[in-house]
Amino acid sequence: MSGKGDTSMASNAGRPKKPRVAVFKFASCDGCQLSLLDCEDELLSVASAIEIAYFPEASSDMREGPYDVSLVEGSITTPHDVERIQFVRQQSAVVVTIGACATAGGIQSLRNWGNHEEFLKCVYASPEYISSLATSTPISAHIPVDFELRGCPINRHQLLEVIIALAAGRKPRIPNHSVCLDCKIRGTVCVEVAQGIPCLGPVTHSGCGAICPDFNRGCYGCFGPVMQANCDGLVDHYQSVGHTSEVLLPLLRNFNAAAPQFAAVSDRLSSADARESEGSQHV
Amino acid sequence: MNQPATSDVWYFPKDGLTELIRVLQEDGFDVIGPTVDQGAIVYASIQSAEDLPKGLTDIQEAGSYRLEKRNDESLFGYVVGPHSWKKFLFPPISVVAAADRIEGHWEFSTPEEPQRPFAFLGVRACELAAIRVQDQVFLKGPYVDPIYQRRRESAFLIAVNCTQAASTCFCTSMKTGPRCQSGYDLGLTELKDGFLLEIGSERGQQLSRSLSLRPTTAAEMAEGDLRRQQAADQIHRTLETDGLPNLLKQNLRSSHWDDVGRRCLSCTNCTMVCPTCFCSSVTEVADLNGDHINRERRWDSCFNPEFSYMHSGIARDSIPSRYRQWMTHKLSSWHDQFGTSGCVGCGRCITWCPTGIDLTVEVLAIREAAATVESVDRGTNHE
Repeated sequence: MSGKGDTSMASNAGRPKKPRVAVFKFASCDGCQLSLLDCEDELLSVASAIEIAYFPEASSDMREGPYDVSLVEGSITTPHDVERIQFVRQQSAVVVTIGACATAGGIQSLRNWGNHEEFLKCVYASPEYISSLATSTPISAHIPVDFELRGCPINRHQLLEVIIALAAGRKPRIPNHSVCLDCKIRGTVCVEVAQGIPCLGPVTHSGCGAICPDFNRGCYGCFGPVMQANCDGLVDHYQSVGHTSEVLLPLLRNFNAAAPQFAAVSDRLSSADARESEGSQHV
Repeated sequence: MNQPATSDVWYFPKDGLTELIRVLQEDGFDVIGPTVDQGAIVYASIQSAEDLPKGLTDIQEAGSYRLEKRNDESLFGYVVGPHSWKKFLFPPISVVAAADRIEGHWEFSTPEEPQRPFAFLGVRACELAAIRVQDQVFLKGPYVDPIYQRRRESAFLIAVNCTQAASTCFCTSMKTGPRCQSGYDLGLTELKDGFLLEIGSERGQQLSRSLSLRPTTAAEMAEGDLRRQQAADQIHRTLETDGLPNLLKQNLRSSHWDDVGRRCLSCTNCTMVCPTCFCSSVTEVADLNGDHINRERRWDSCFNPEFSYMHSGIARDSIPSRYRQWMTHKLSSWHDQFGTSGCVGCGRCITWCPTGIDLTVEVLAIREAAATVESVDRGTNHE
């Protein structure tokens, strides 16, 4: 990474050369990398702060590596992905994964709980032409990742902060608290306490600005589990007030289904369900 | 009409509230009061008495809050909700300093807050106590907080005595209510058809001269007493404060912290709704070119793992350790630091905890566990 310890990125004197940035895509919907292009007001400043060397979605001018920073979107779902992510790592001084797919496996990680072969047969007329893995896994399961930016999609202001920080040679300031703190800061009344709506906010990483509760809905956990998330405590409480796994399982098995903290508690719920239905069959 | 004197109690009919709000607005105040929003009674800027929650009440339990209709048209027939006056005196986000790079050098500035003074309508006794606690924190130490000071010193406080209590209230244990004793400019007690008005300050006395008041009758005074007594009678929750600071200090290794840690989500809700919690973090936020930098202060919480991040890592790296930090600060070391308890007994942390953790119950559990250990110890000594 360039510019070690130098935070005066706007000063030309002694300024490190602009970091060369690449954007790579794996299994994803492209929404996260597009949020870079959504930075309309800031795009010119971004372009002057960094050199966008490889960004197929934005430009056909695709320059070869190595790159100072690679932004990686998407999860690993094919044997080819497994090889290509190694190439990305080799070419990149810093790897930043962006979005729920890259950081947790994405919505497509629901396949991890299903029958991959069956899915292929249902969807494709000639499944023998398809080469894909039985699982969708985050980038960090394959290579060391330097920074993970969460969200489905990511928050473009946070992406800008990561880019500014990397260009300035400092740690990105991405808050690690729960969504609840954002609700309280914006004055949103707790939808769980005041309306009994099951909400993942208490265990979900900040980043969206608490949009869903502000629109009278529970948090869907788009930004994945917060640091040291007590998902068992939350689910135990929701079950004690009458929410069943019919509601809780889909809530947990969503964009961040395969994030370890969410997956552990959803597995606990589904195996308890399985035991229960087994028990009722015996009766 | 006689000139109201500080010691007197005056009466005005229900529609006098409209006049009070108008007088405050004419005096340049931004009147903040209770109003219904998002299924709760919150504090926000109000334009007239029409904005107040007429004929509504709040049903509060640990982890639950619901609005219900009353069978009367009371304007203050509820207790405290998710908001507190803290958010106006100690704003959730504020810019404390700014720096601009101009022609190769830095210019530093303190942003002005062009701001109408606040008039708070409907401050409850526990909330007056909370403001006193935050005064101690922000104004009485060696460092005075200028943002808090500016907002606090200009604020006009209209207290309202509670005429009912929620199941989560325990102001009687904390000796902060339910009667508003001092710390307000005007104090109100809502009767069936009007309000009793008490004057609490010179400012209050001056403002009251613009209101249409008349002396009270004995019947009105009796009605006021009865209604205030009703609130006191409805409070059943208790927190035994006797020896509490030491009890917690002596039980830092109680296994009960792990028990509560399994239920606590470390989500920060209790600290955000607490009217006395004052923690914040300060960061420098730069624009893309690094030419303009704001030093921003935001509410933060001891429940955030990184809040205790120091040179070698996170000091309170588990939920039990963070819950313990919060409770022992609030109920124990706050006394050492500020000379009072940090808890005013408003019950917000109980209602607004998503899993319904109740600090009065947790304290009791620690007290009982300590008593058991003590009696076991004594038993061992006898043998």
